[in-house]
Amino acid sequence: MLAYILRRLLVALGVMLTVAVVSFMLLHLSGDLATAIAGPESSAADIEKVRVQYGLDRPVAAQFADWLGAALRLDFGRSFYFQNTVMELVGERLPVTLKLGAVSLLLAVAVAIPLGVLAALHRDGWIDRLSLAVAVVGQAMPNFWFALTLVLVFGVGLKWLPVAGNTGWQHFVLPALALGYYAMPSLMRLTRAGMLDVLGCDYIRTARAKGLRPARIVFKHALRNAIIPVMALAAVELGFMLGGSVVIESVFSLQGLGQLAWDSISRNDYPVVQAVVLIIAVFYIGLTFVADVVNAALDPRMRTR
Amino acid sequence: MRATLPHRGLAIGGAILGLVALAALLAPWLSPHDPYAQDVTQRLIPPAWYDKGSWEHLLGTDKLGRDYLSRLLHGARVSLLIGLAAALISGLIGTTLGVLAGYFGGRVDALVSYVVTTRLALPVVLVALAMASLVGGSLKVVIVLLGLLLWDRFAIVTRSATQQLRDAEFIAAAQALGAPTHWILLRELLPNLAGALTVVATLEMAHAILLESTLSFLGLGVQPPTPSWGLMVAEGKAYMFFQPWVIVIPGVVLALLVLGINLAGDGLRDLGAPDGRN
Repeated sequence: MLAYILRRLLVALGVMLTVAVVSFMLLHLSGDLATAIAGPESSAADIEKVRVQYGLDRPVAAQFADWLGAALRLDFGRSFYFQNTVMELVGERLPVTLKLGAVSLLLAVAVAIPLGVLAALHRDGWIDRLSLAVAVVGQAMPNFWFALTLVLVFGVGLKWLPVAGNTGWQHFVLPALALGYYAMPSLMRLTRAGMLDVLGCDYIRTARAKGLRPARIVFKHALRNAIIPVMALAAVELGFMLGGSVVIESVFSLQGLGQLAWDSISRNDYPVVQAVVLIIAVFYIGLTFVADVVNAALDPRMRTR
Repeated sequence: MRATLPHRGLAIGGAILGLVALAALLAPWLSPHDPYAQDVTQRLIPPAWYDKGSWEHLLGTDKLGRDYLSRLLHGARVSLLIGLAAALISGLIGTTLGVLAGYFGGRVDALVSYVVTTRLALPVVLVALAMASLVGGSLKVVIVLLGLLLWDRFAIVTRSATQQLRDAEFIAAAQALGAPTHWILLRELLPNLAGALTVVATLEMAHAILLESTLSFLGLGVQPPTPSWGLMVAEGKAYMFFQPWVIVIPGVVLALLVLGINLAGDGLRDLGAPDGRN
């Protein structure tokens, strides 16, 4: 098990390094950095001065080493657009996106697990079909469109919730619904499949034969075994949601990391863009690492993969 | 009971897909108006079933007075083209990687798994947005970007399918006969992956269509005046409070198309593995 964890950790670190290379390239493909830092009205001499001052005249490999060294200390340089450092901007926005991701995941799990359990208990019954339909529809709707529909129905039609801003908890309900619905179907299907697997096992039959109450069998014996892979998948889904929140944030004008990235892309503020890409990737890698370890701890067969 | 379900899903999905394909192919003949023709006197006319609607514009007009039905029909072309082309590019990349990893194993496998893991760690929407902004959004750019980003599932599925087939007798026989490796991979192995590939292709096609609409919605995908369903939602966003149909119509069509593709894909998968669980 320890060997497995170490191996996965090594892979995770390697992937982080590769992602760092990719996001570094993103910055360098974006055009001449010296011109961008010096500003549009500067003379050729000024641009050359900036080039030397920022070390942009050196080989790319040396620049990458410096950038990576700084990035490891969470120093991503300064924004081209604002006077702030990239980390100040990111630090301001990250909590909003993390909050959105966490609430979305909670909502998704709170719906997916009961629905998955019920669907497995009443296999082929109406609730199984209904939950399948909910999942299939959820996977078919573009999430920006679902978000706009929520705004129309709950914000404008019923006037229950605010449609933009990020001051109170009410501002997170609709965005979290929109983002969570995206993650719910796979969690629900895994819960259902896990429950069906477990319910067919001998020890459940034994428990039934012993005359244990059905509720006790479902919750104490079956769900406990079926739920851990679901939790592992939930960690991965959280990683996906952090990356996908850019769309939802733009619909609801939530000032999160995604919105920052999108604004920065349209302002050609690439130091910010690459930092956001890297940070989201690191979160994803960390979360999948946790999920892998959890799954391996449960199922020794996974460790050989 | 359960056995009839995949067939029903396949039938419904296939019917939706067929209808959209037909609409896309026949768009120039089916469209009542030129999808690009603007008419400021005819702005935002609601669909025919509203009081203020007219039969002249069955689904109304957009903010520039362009006929919504005609734009919708031509938008089907964009969606299907992007879905097919992106799935083709990503299928080529993913299948190549997956087959090589599955067949050779060892270091090749480790390398491919590493590349797949790295790809999965990159946030697709953000990277696509950043790249599209660098290169400039257009239909071609969207196709290439999505093709380069969505190959992971192809690689994962073909890798494990190849691993299962690698030791099969017909492969061993071909090896014993001294068939060259490329022959074994292309002529012996690949035909047996067709079923799995079709299923992944449908999923990725749906994925690409959704992502195109997202990129276009955010303004970095297909550029106006090209009719794309995602772009139609974006253009209608400012008017949705008073004219909800401007975003409802393209959104519903988009969801229906993706639903159709997914149903067809699920049906195909269940046909391939009748005893498999979903």
